[in-house]
Amino acid sequence: MKADLKRDVARLLLGVSMSLPMVQTAAAVQPLQAIGKGEGVLNVVAWEGYAQDDWVKPFEAATGCMVNAKYAGSSDEMVALMRSGGGGQYDVVSASGDATLRLIYGHNVQPINIALIPAWKNFIPQLQSPDFNTVKGVHYGVSYEWGPNTLLYSTKVFPTAPTSWSVIYNPKYKGQITVPDNPIQIADAALYLSKADPSLGITDPYELNQTQMNAVVALLKTQSGLIKKYWALASDEIQLFTSGDAVVGAAWPYQTNTLQAAKVAVADTIPAEGATGWADTWMISAKAKHPNCAYEWINWVTTPKVQAEQAIYFGETPANTLACKEMDAEQPGACAQYHANAPASYFDSIKFWKTPLADCGNGKDDCLDYSAWQREWQNIKG
Amino acid sequence: MHPLKAWSSFVWRRGWAATGALLALPGAWFAGLYLAAIGAMFVTSFWSVDPLSGTLIPGFSLGNFQALLSDPIYTKIALRTVGIAASVTVTDILLAWPVAYAMVRLAGPRLRAVLMAAVMVPLWSSYLARVYAWRLILAHNGVLNWALIEIGLPRLHIGYSNWAMWIVFSYLWLPFMILPIAASVERIAPSLLEASSDLGETGLRTFRRVVLPLALPGMVAGAIFTFSLTLGDYVTPMLVGGEGSDFIGNVVYSNVGVTNNIPFAAAYAVLPLGVMAGFLLIARRLGAFDAL
Repeated sequence: MKADLKRDVARLLLGVSMSLPMVQTAAAVQPLQAIGKGEGVLNVVAWEGYAQDDWVKPFEAATGCMVNAKYAGSSDEMVALMRSGGGGQYDVVSASGDATLRLIYGHNVQPINIALIPAWKNFIPQLQSPDFNTVKGVHYGVSYEWGPNTLLYSTKVFPTAPTSWSVIYNPKYKGQITVPDNPIQIADAALYLSKADPSLGITDPYELNQTQMNAVVALLKTQSGLIKKYWALASDEIQLFTSGDAVVGAAWPYQTNTLQAAKVAVADTIPAEGATGWADTWMISAKAKHPNCAYEWINWVTTPKVQAEQAIYFGETPANTLACKEMDAEQPGACAQYHANAPASYFDSIKFWKTPLADCGNGKDDCLDYSAWQREWQNIKG
Repeated sequence: MHPLKAWSSFVWRRGWAATGALLALPGAWFAGLYLAAIGAMFVTSFWSVDPLSGTLIPGFSLGNFQALLSDPIYTKIALRTVGIAASVTVTDILLAWPVAYAMVRLAGPRLRAVLMAAVMVPLWSSYLARVYAWRLILAHNGVLNWALIEIGLPRLHIGYSNWAMWIVFSYLWLPFMILPIAASVERIAPSLLEASSDLGETGLRTFRRVVLPLALPGMVAGAIFTFSLTLGDYVTPMLVGGEGSDFIGNVVYSNVGVTNNIPFAAAYAVLPLGVMAGFLLIARRLGAFDAL
């Protein structure tokens, strides 16, 4: 009885704290009505490879907005940067789906006037108003690009592509494995276990109850003895594969592209269990000092040309369907290679990053929230 | 009376006023920037964070300290940090002695200047560049393994590990140990060594019973540097550490820059402060501050 009451109160408080911020956000900042003159500067928080000179220099020349880019290695870091110093230090962020809701509910980003983004109407339907950046019909960001987390391997050690994620949990490769230093990596292990051990009943790798989490943590703790290094930045992993310290690991297509360009014998694959992945969104800080440049930037990077350049550079898929032709023009076959013309089922097969919440989404609320994931991750990596 | 003259006769009559006026500026700097920062950290360690919006909630709660004590991982990380700091200190003492002694007792003035320069030069280059250099030396296909294979030995797998951290830290802080030991050895009057040998002591016993006790304050002063510099570092573990290489500083860093849980980071940062306070108390007993 007493415990029930306590739970009800907790649920009520959670309900209030979830609904309150949205009311406040809607009232606090009104979206821009028209794009005015640029402010001359744009401060960007982005993933490595998202602010390349190929499209930043022409943007600066065209708009007069000088870009200062700060790279972040994880979604957690992006959220922290957007909140640092009370917000307002950075104007835009390329947030993935596991950061967007935290930024929206934390009042860190402002609503977007989607009418000012002409490219938006050409986006694939799943990315026009996805629930990770659009809340109750209000857009808090503009989708950018998406892709799967891949299994990167040395072709000297693996003449044929591994078909299962089990290789990164295999003692045979002790001391030669690398995975991201990121709590969301727990979902990769959960996805693998959902296939390898169906009795656990894992249906969504981001919704784990304590029993399921215990099994995932046990697997990851065994893995930690086999890890050479948990990589924090993509460039760390690139160096690990270049020097031969790592021969297999979890990666982004960006690392594969960079390593192959440097003639390192590596390749990547999506094993049979499927993959987790990201869908990124450009968001504007609630306290952005350069909102006009921010809109100019979003319009610039959603044009088919920049969408294509970004997709080929990073090895991901653009949100803008018109980018396909540009990709083939830049590099024949690139449109198909990076899935820009793939059917909707390909998009649906990727388990996109999202913020783990206590609410399991199936009527139960015994799932572990993200702060529990962070605690478990510190325990796993020791 | 001229106001300036009044002031000068005031401070002449009351000496403390002059001292006070002289110390006011550095005192204010010390209190305002240094002590206030530590105070702010201490106060913040009792606060908490709203998990959804990430805003700080002021108040008084022991939750952060409870979390630190109840989860064994934080004890493990603290012990690892202190353990490596201690072993780096011991390693540096062993490495520094022969260099310091040769520099002040055996070398002529020219060689001495060369040795001194050799010790100091690394301090003029970037700390990061030196750590990255070690990362390349210790890597799988690095210089170390290349040399081992050339002379017919098997590869060493010490890149990205706690061994790598121990090596890199010992290298980085060695000058901070050599210089105070050299200074304290230099201060030992040669007549004491002559007296010892006149009384029939062997070289080793002279070293153990005369040189070592007299140079102890210098050694402890060096240990303060090597120990505290290792204790507070987080860049080296990040660059050359492997799995299970997190230091207290890494947990603090990730809680500030990644997780945005500043109160928890503050609580964990109070710990090395306590360790250093204890260390300095012992150091003072051993007379280290006379040698600084």
